[in-house]
Amino acid sequence: MKTWYSALLLFVFALAACGGGDTPKKSSAPPAPSPEEQMLAEGKGIGEVKFVELKIPLEAERVSRGKAIYDMKCSACHKLDDKRVVGPGWKDVTKNRKPEWIMNMITNVEIMLEKDDEAQKLLELCLTRMPNQNVSIGDARDVLEFMRANDGEK
Amino acid sequence: MKKLLFFLAGLLLVIAALWQCKTKGVAGASAGDAAQKVYVAPGTYDEFYNFVSGGFNGQVSVYGLPSGRMLKIIPVFSVFPENGYGYSEETKPMLMTSHGFVPWDDQHHISMSLTNGEQDGRWMFANANNTPRVARVDLASFRTQEILEIPNSGGNHSSPFITENSEYIVAGTRFSIPMDDQPDVPIETYKDNFRGTASFISIDPKEGHLKLAFQVLLPGINLDLSRSGKGPSHDWFFFSCYNSERANTLLEVNASQNDKDFIVAINWKKAEEYARAGKGVTKKVRYAHNFYDEKTHTATTKWETEAIMLDPKVLKDFAYFIPCPKSPHGCDVNPTGEYIVGSGKLAAIIPVFSFAKMQKAIADRNFEGEYDGIPVLKYEDVLHGEVKKPGLGPLHTEFDNNGNAYTSFFVSSEIVKWNVQSLEVVDRVPTYYSIGHLCVPGGDTKKPHGKYVIAYNKITKDRYLPTGPELAQSAQLYDISGEKMKLLLDFPTVGEPHYANAIPASLIKDKSVKIYPLEENAHPYVAKGEAQAKVVREGNKVHVYMTAIRSHLTPDNIEGVRLGDEVYFHVTNLEQDWDVPHGFAVKGAATAEILIMPGETQTLLWKPDRVGVVPFYCTDFCSALHQEMQGYMRVSPAGSNVPLKFSTGEPQ
Repeated sequence: MKTWYSALLLFVFALAACGGGDTPKKSSAPPAPSPEEQMLAEGKGIGEVKFVELKIPLEAERVSRGKAIYDMKCSACHKLDDKRVVGPGWKDVTKNRKPEWIMNMITNVEIMLEKDDEAQKLLELCLTRMPNQNVSIGDARDVLEFMRANDGEK
Repeated sequence: MKKLLFFLAGLLLVIAALWQCKTKGVAGASAGDAAQKVYVAPGTYDEFYNFVSGGFNGQVSVYGLPSGRMLKIIPVFSVFPENGYGYSEETKPMLMTSHGFVPWDDQHHISMSLTNGEQDGRWMFANANNTPRVARVDLASFRTQEILEIPNSGGNHSSPFITENSEYIVAGTRFSIPMDDQPDVPIETYKDNFRGTASFISIDPKEGHLKLAFQVLLPGINLDLSRSGKGPSHDWFFFSCYNSERANTLLEVNASQNDKDFIVAINWKKAEEYARAGKGVTKKVRYAHNFYDEKTHTATTKWETEAIMLDPKVLKDFAYFIPCPKSPHGCDVNPTGEYIVGSGKLAAIIPVFSFAKMQKAIADRNFEGEYDGIPVLKYEDVLHGEVKKPGLGPLHTEFDNNGNAYTSFFVSSEIVKWNVQSLEVVDRVPTYYSIGHLCVPGGDTKKPHGKYVIAYNKITKDRYLPTGPELAQSAQLYDISGEKMKLLLDFPTVGEPHYANAIPASLIKDKSVKIYPLEENAHPYVAKGEAQAKVVREGNKVHVYMTAIRSHLTPDNIEGVRLGDEVYFHVTNLEQDWDVPHGFAVKGAATAEILIMPGETQTLLWKPDRVGVVPFYCTDFCSALHQEMQGYMRVSPAGSNVPLKFSTGEPQ
């Protein structure tokens, strides 16, 4: 994940450098957005997850591991339909959110609630801070696959 | 006898005079910059953890230094309804003894685990003076993980002092008794039939597990305090003792007859060899060994049945007596391991013994005689020197890293700083009032951290706002970074502190346990997720597998319980985030509430006493909807046919 992050940084620098070479610098030009701001702007949330590769068809092993984690750590607050209990129901979450956003919300919830607009809107709605359930990034990926299955993907 | 009475009368006069002084409203002037030195700004941490014995509350309390702010009470030997220790099904076995369930004790001393004579921040050990036990507390979870009962002991006072590499902690008997295998003898046969023992308890270097390795059989003297050697004296342990008169009545007078009692020097390395070579006598005994498993979140009691006894009368050359004036109490070894300081409670001097001289006297077999078959060294031969006129009633000594000793004086209410090599008094400060133990961070180790000395006073009097007949216990913090000691702070403590240790926060704080991973929870009644929540009847026992997460309990509606049932609420906290415990309480619970840490399972046994609907709820404020975190259990008459039923969030 770290290498990806560095690659992104280099990319941003490279872009900035290009711009500088082609046209005279203008002092009023807005500064290039930080990688963090760019992630937020793209709806990927904030955290270690910068890019998720989704495969079709679904990876069956991930789905079953994801369900086991859901049963243990998530099901008390999130139902699989669209009903809100403590947190919102999961139906269609993968259609409404980017996969990176979902995984960052699971693995980096404290910072998400502090900096991501969508996460903050959910807190205002639910009034209970989503807890850090100590889910690793690998486990969060499995949960994501289970969510896709729950949303009817094959 | 006359001499003694005269002495006691004199002592009384001095106390009265001192008392007079104190009541004239001496506030104890503190240094001008004291406030700055103890101020720990909001949101910042203290530099040291101070682990303080609880005395009659049976627990250990934890303070931050230099602020004196209390951080936690760790339940060890006494039940603690605040979190369910000793009440939950999982923790009840921790307080099991050969006398049955003992829900309290008198906790005097603690020691920290050591590596190469320095604090390593892994474990803390604690003694129970009343029903003889030692405990091991884990310093990552701040929980009592193990309690071992001590057989052949009438009270465990000189304990749990530790060797340089945490090889052993010791347990020395304050009260001599007839040994466990011939318990019924006339008290007047004390001299023949009563014995003291010094137990050596080994510590598994990886897991910390305790084992009674061997006991050393001693005459019927009262072992008081003890310390291990260091460096050159690594192989030795020193125990102070009083009642060398072996009196069994009116000890106040009868045990204060001899000019000198003893420090018992035991070569534990040699004793260990004897024990390993099978030279000891295996005694049939019965004692409890309680262990808390952090994977099953459950304690179990194992009954131990043997103790290896080593008799220094038979197995020669591993125990010696050093004569020490007037009922020695503290027995402290300086950081280099060369000097042993004895503190005769009734002595007018402090004798300091030399380990090198002791070794020479033993090699030359230069003894003054024998006491109950054990060689007695000559006082003058092993003496480094005496601190003259140090004060009245010396009790305990700690050390700094600059060659100084700090001795507490109960009768004259002061701490006296003196140089270990030159034996000259350097400074003295008053304490308010009647200091018992004292503590320098790392002051009992090879490398003291210095900086402060803390006084744990026995009398509080006018130091705090009055609170009826019983007053807060008083501790005081002094700066010892300069030549003169400076009073910085008074802070109240709970229970009645005896000994304490202070350890740099950096050795502990970053390895604190934050949660128990649900994946690793091996409790037999765990519910890993709401899908596993259920209610199961087994005869008249009803097991509720319950989950807790902000902000509901599952199941929260339960029916089909009958009068005469025993209901086990096994509550699993599904949270996996730091600082989110849930509590659980039921109306009419004749036990306690329980607190359940994230990822943990704990069980409250509840016996309904009437027919009706009983609320249960979370007691630890957890979220904005904490007040909603509740449920109901319906209790029907015995023999009722209301079916067993449970649910959460069914449509209304």
